[in-house]
Amino acid sequence: MSEFLQQLLNGLSLGAIYALIALGYTMVYGVLRFINFAHSDVFMVGAFIGYYMGKLVPENTVWGGLIVLVVAMLGCSVIGMVIERLAYRPLRGAATLNVLITAIGVSLLLEYSGQVFFGATPRTFPAVFPSVNFTLGGLVISSNQVVVIVVTALLMVGLQVIVYRTKIGTAMRAVSLNPKAAQLVGVNNDVVISFTFGLGSALAAAGGILYALNYPSIDPLMGVMPGLKAFVAAVLGGIGNIPGAALGGLLLGTVETFVNGSQWSTYKDAIAFAILIIILLFRPAGLLGKATIEKV
Amino acid sequence: MKSLSVFSHFALRALFGVLAFGVWNFASAEDAIKVGEYGAFSGKEAAFGLSARKGAILAFEEANAHGGVLGRKVELLTEDNQSKAGESATIAKKFVSRDKVVAVLGGNPSSNSLEAAPILQNAKIPMIAISSTNPRVTEIGNYIFRVCFIDPFQGTVLAKFAKDTLHAKRAAIITSVNNAYSVGISKVFREKFTAAGGEVVIEQKHSEGDKDFRAQLTAIKAAGVDCIFHSSNYTEGALICIQARQLGFTGPLFGGDAWEAPQLIEIGGAAVEGTYYSTHASPESTAPVMQNFIKKFRARWDGETPDSIAALGYDAAALLFDALQRAGTTDSAKLREAIATTKDFSGVTGRITIDQDRNATKSAVILTVKNGKFAYVETIDP
Repeated sequence: MSEFLQQLLNGLSLGAIYALIALGYTMVYGVLRFINFAHSDVFMVGAFIGYYMGKLVPENTVWGGLIVLVVAMLGCSVIGMVIERLAYRPLRGAATLNVLITAIGVSLLLEYSGQVFFGATPRTFPAVFPSVNFTLGGLVISSNQVVVIVVTALLMVGLQVIVYRTKIGTAMRAVSLNPKAAQLVGVNNDVVISFTFGLGSALAAAGGILYALNYPSIDPLMGVMPGLKAFVAAVLGGIGNIPGAALGGLLLGTVETFVNGSQWSTYKDAIAFAILIIILLFRPAGLLGKATIEKV
Repeated sequence: MKSLSVFSHFALRALFGVLAFGVWNFASAEDAIKVGEYGAFSGKEAAFGLSARKGAILAFEEANAHGGVLGRKVELLTEDNQSKAGESATIAKKFVSRDKVVAVLGGNPSSNSLEAAPILQNAKIPMIAISSTNPRVTEIGNYIFRVCFIDPFQGTVLAKFAKDTLHAKRAAIITSVNNAYSVGISKVFREKFTAAGGEVVIEQKHSEGDKDFRAQLTAIKAAGVDCIFHSSNYTEGALICIQARQLGFTGPLFGGDAWEAPQLIEIGGAAVEGTYYSTHASPESTAPVMQNFIKKFRARWDGETPDSIAALGYDAAALLFDALQRAGTTDSAKLREAIATTKDFSGVTGRITIDQDRNATKSAVILTVKNGKFAYVETIDP
């Protein structure tokens, strides 16, 4: 039983990180209807900003860790907005495929510029947050796991509040529903889209820092696998749907962990993705997504 | 006819230029004996490649300072495989067709050597693997050699160490499924440990580049073991140590020579204290040949202390020079013959004899991490 609970906890903390990245995919998709493949590399940049900031603040302090987290989130939101302004805005109104290819291009650009600027050798991420282990019965909980789950939960609630309770959130939903009509009623689409990218990238940065805290070896290609998993999580939950992305991330992380701990660990990705296919067969729009009819 | 003469003037100069360049090129090819070295100089396996390259460069510079080999300079061409699958094969092809090298050094992780070796075997260019310990590497053909011991031996040593020194009865193995080295060494460890009366209670698997091992470690902890053997690389090794300690596992963890890198301690920190690994040679060894090598290495590389991979890189180059001298020519068949008959060659990593399977026979050492530094534990003979 304690092994089961331990695996569940391991799975939730891994899934929480997938969920954070998935939120960024889902938000951009919700507003612009395209997959921002560069998102997983903003995640990597976030971890590297954290790496350099971590050298400036004292290690193992809560406030030091919070400063690192906030600076990385701000830095990445700026990067996200710049990417949108330079790469995606000129293509607004172009065919979806063009934007998709551009997104892949930006992703590769970030990965390989990362290799130039940061070097391809893995770096050791500093322990910015203090780390302690609690024992609860047979269950061992590391404070990093708690931090991951708590930060993810807080950011997710914050995001729900922004999207449903604020003016800019209403504008985001308006643009998502019908960009032309939104413009007609006085919504500045450019500002709203910039904001969406900024917010999504900040979440990616938070994900990057939390990931690096748990697995303290970072390199410029570190975003590729988690990014892919998070994308799957977003689709699984129903792309464009915020609680769906969170649910998809947690589900994927948990399934992966349980398979990993069994004797079929070699097939962990195969099993996780098979589950995805089965779910999509029965619910093509994802777990929480609404099926919509594409207008031709 | 003025324009023609101007034209011919230029044409003549161009022709001379080509000739001069061609001759110069030819002369340099005649002068230096070219040797290729491939390895991971960037990416997640970079620690191995960089160490091996530093050792090899040192050997080449020394040889040139002493008048070269066979009266000619030796030139080392190095190419980075970026720790990526497929790159080593591309580099081997480049060495064969573009650089026309006499011999090739390299191959740290066995998977790299397994890619490059068939190409070099076909081209009949001798290859000396530096730290590829998978038996299959030299089975590829009679032009493929190595200066290190092989997995069965390392698996045997570690099983012996776990049983006799750690007094372990129940062991867990963690294997990287897409790493030829890891799969090979895990298999031998299981056989030998079981034969010695121990029990391998659980074997868990992961893939290269994985970072989350909590699931595997939770299952291992629940199975109740005395020790954990991880047979893959240092990055995963360090993360496994951290996560094992976080999950409250207190027994010893140990690995093979793929754990040997300063990054093990850098990433692992306090979690790798008291872990062990087996390797080819130790800088803590007091043998004069090792001490002499350390002195030379530190002088050349800004005071850096060499690890065993650097020593193997040096030995691979030195063994090649020795064979070239004995062959008296760069002819590949004769060079191959000379490398194959190497006997009691005095290398930094010990006395090396190339056996009939083109593997090196030599002893292994066990090191541990103590106060953030590697420390010598014991030497185990074949």
